[in-house]
Amino acid sequence: MTLRTTTLGAIALAAIVLLAFVPRLANPYYLALAISLLQYTVLATAWGMFSGPTRYVSLATTAFFGVGAYTVAVLGEVLPWPVVLVVAASLGAILAAVVGLSTLRLSGVYFVIFTFGLAELVRQLVVWFEVNKSRVLGRYVFVNVTQSDIYWQLLILAIAVFLIGWLVARSRLGFALRIIGEDETVATHCGINTTIAKVALFTISATIMTIVGAIMAPRWTYIEPSIAFNAMISFQVLIMALLGGAHRLWGPILGAVPLVILFELLSARFPNTFTIILGCIFLLIVYLLPRGVAGLLESGKARWGETFKPRAVA
Amino acid sequence: MTNAILTGLMLGGMYALIAMGLTLQYGVARIMNLSYGEFLIAAAFTAHWLFTGWALSPFVGMAFVVPAAFAVNFAVYKLLLTPLVRRARTRDALEVDSILATFGLTFIVQGSMQSMFGGAYYSYSYLAFPVQVLGETLSANRLAALGITVVLGLALYLALTRTRAGTAIRAVAVDPAAAQLVAINVERTSALTFALGGALVAAAGVLVSTFLTFSASSGVVFTMKALIIVVMGGVGNILGCLIAGLLLGVSEALVASLVDPGLTLAVNFALFLAVLLVKPAGLFGRATR
Repeated sequence: MTLRTTTLGAIALAAIVLLAFVPRLANPYYLALAISLLQYTVLATAWGMFSGPTRYVSLATTAFFGVGAYTVAVLGEVLPWPVVLVVAASLGAILAAVVGLSTLRLSGVYFVIFTFGLAELVRQLVVWFEVNKSRVLGRYVFVNVTQSDIYWQLLILAIAVFLIGWLVARSRLGFALRIIGEDETVATHCGINTTIAKVALFTISATIMTIVGAIMAPRWTYIEPSIAFNAMISFQVLIMALLGGAHRLWGPILGAVPLVILFELLSARFPNTFTIILGCIFLLIVYLLPRGVAGLLESGKARWGETFKPRAVA
Repeated sequence: MTNAILTGLMLGGMYALIAMGLTLQYGVARIMNLSYGEFLIAAAFTAHWLFTGWALSPFVGMAFVVPAAFAVNFAVYKLLLTPLVRRARTRDALEVDSILATFGLTFIVQGSMQSMFGGAYYSYSYLAFPVQVLGETLSANRLAALGITVVLGLALYLALTRTRAGTAIRAVAVDPAAAQLVAINVERTSALTFALGGALVAAAGVLVSTFLTFSASSGVVFTMKALIIVVMGGVGNILGCLIAGLLLGVSEALVASLVDPGLTLAVNFALFLAVLLVKPAGLFGRATR
């Protein structure tokens, strides 16, 4: 192990230990803010895990998030909490595998279109099922989970996401995905089964999003399809991942942290024009920072290195 | 049954009209416009405002709305999308960039409409009297909308296949690089075609407003339907668009009347997937893509 990895590991460990004590120290407002920070960090990182290397833009975050939240609403009082989480995760994985298998064989645009409508489709199906079969629309969530519990669960999930992302990036799968992102035809000619690789990673990323939805569900005491499948979540996650830079594992967190805080300030101050501001921020990112903060840092580092080198030689 | 099919045909005609503009924007200007439905709703709100505020009939109102939409869309292409077109190195890169940019635009347009009109549903009553067709009762405004759809569709088809400008547009759709070699100004043609698509969707918005209730947030559904129809019919193909639209309308009406009205979107997606899995280039698309 090199010195650099050891230092990074030590810093990460210290950060985790510090973060674990937040619920003990912070007041309820800051705890709530910390929860949304973690929530969007996990969602954006999971989004970047698939969409970063493959460059397939997924607009379906809220579909998976909603499936997780709604599973808790239905099963939360029936089954013990860990079982509920497992059920939610498997439902999300199945949905992702089905969607992935049917659309990821095709060109990227079809995938985008399909994911764009997926949340609406799932929402309509849930509404239809609730109205016609179970005859309840809107459910109460009474689960014995406190804010601190939510925070710790999200923290564990965040650690898991970074570990998974790190492992995937060093595995054959991660390598295959980077080739697919560069050129899909070349990837096929190298003997990579592109469909399997894409579906596998899409499923991993979607399962994480589903678990986030399930963990977050107890925060609302009342859930109905329009709350669980809120299109805003997909949009915000996309902005955060793009601002941070989805091509690096540590990129999305650089976008999630500033934007969650900014949205928190904006939505309190300008509730009516919030959507417009959000759209403008998004356009600014697309035009001015196509590779995100991570890309900016990298090119800055490269430039710094270039100006530094000749001096060292001379 | 006859009623369901007739309703479906009228619905399908409307869908085809909605999708015609997008098939131009995506097929020719290569812009996958996710804010498409928002522009439809914006036109619907304008028609509503002209009708309730100025007592202008929607069909007269179209004379104002459509040129305005043409100008707005031309400006959007020139100001927002041209930088992306210049920046993009491949067609795929342009697609991703245009999806992201228009996705942001969606929220700006939707947010503006929400702050102006709130979240309430709007509708007005125009030509809302029953007409007997083939022993079934249909409403006059829907029939009028269908008539205008057919006229617009035919005019567009003839313009694209029989005129010089239309041929240039199709040439750009087939191969932008080769089109430049035969002295076609690709950038200008793309901008004008994008604006033409915007004008068409505005016309669709005005027609839709006469018989559907709409709210500031209902644009996404129209974008979805238009996207599905464009892909099903084959990108850039007006006739394919018409047939895919009718197919979607009829299947929706049949499912709504025979199975359950809550499942129409599921039917859309099922049809979409079925077409993609069997013939990914769309019903009438060439397999080169």
